[in-house]
Amino acid sequence: MSVEWYLVVSALVFSIGAGGILVRRNPLVILLCLELMLNAGNLALVAFARAHGNQDGHIFALIVMVVAACEVAVGLGLIVAIFRRRLPIDVDQLRELQG
Amino acid sequence: MAEVFFFLASIGALAGAIGVIALRNPFYTVLALVVHLLSLAALFLLLRAEFLAAAQVIVYVGAVMVLYLFVVAYVGGGDDPIRPAGRSSLRWASALFAGALFVELAIAVLGTGLTAFGEEGRGWFAGFGTPSEIGRLLLTDFLLAFEVASILLLVAAVGAVILARRRTGLEDPREISVADLLRSPQDKGTLGEAERGTMLEAGGPPQR
Repeated sequence: MSVEWYLVVSALVFSIGAGGILVRRNPLVILLCLELMLNAGNLALVAFARAHGNQDGHIFALIVMVVAACEVAVGLGLIVAIFRRRLPIDVDQLRELQG
Repeated sequence: MAEVFFFLASIGALAGAIGVIALRNPFYTVLALVVHLLSLAALFLLLRAEFLAAAQVIVYVGAVMVLYLFVVAYVGGGDDPIRPAGRSSLRWASALFAGALFVELAIAVLGTGLTAFGEEGRGWFAGFGTPSEIGRLLLTDFLLAFEVASILLLVAAVGAVILARRRTGLEDPREISVADLLRSPQDKGTLGEAERGTMLEAGGPPQR
């Protein structure tokens, strides 16, 4: 399979993730959609690494996985903190920062 | 044969991605993301990234998704209406935006001269993407990124613990800050304090 096929799959997954972030209201699902977009980026990185015959893309994808794990830990901590304060878990109702 | 596996894996990945944004119950959403990640690991294997595929299955599917499942079980998401009925224009705008994004990315991908690389990509060599090669790169060329990633993981773990610890409000006298944790000599968070109850109920330091 040539590299473009992988890139098209990556673009599709990225667009689905971006649409999901706009459509969904539960912050848990928004975090999952962020994971989708990061993984689409990972797929593109690995496809380019294969095309160039260079393993630097693999390292980049690994670091992206580390950053995604950190983002998940902090995001889930925030959601648990919101839940403990009895606030609604809904990004449309959490609008105090808007003033 | 590779074509068959590619289409199977990419159909799985796309179905999982659509399931993430279309299923209402957050529990099923997490399971759809597990399907997506496993298919993505298969795609990584097709691209000869063996170590990355293994790390994807172990780290993502094994660890991160279990964390998600625990939080979904704790928060008890319930059914989440995608959008209330009056906001359908916003939903259409979102779908339109996602479609426009895909068209733009597809133009960018197909408009470049990637075909110059040939059908299978060029420089595959023995040992491409194996753990030994990745480890050699991580400890030689990318040592700085490796160390920074470890510090980032530590900071994120500490931050998650401080964010998610039990508290009732910001004006609570039991509220502790990081400086407070560093200063107080009488409780060091050792096992001796665990008799106050479970870890969840122990909360902050005692009243002073």
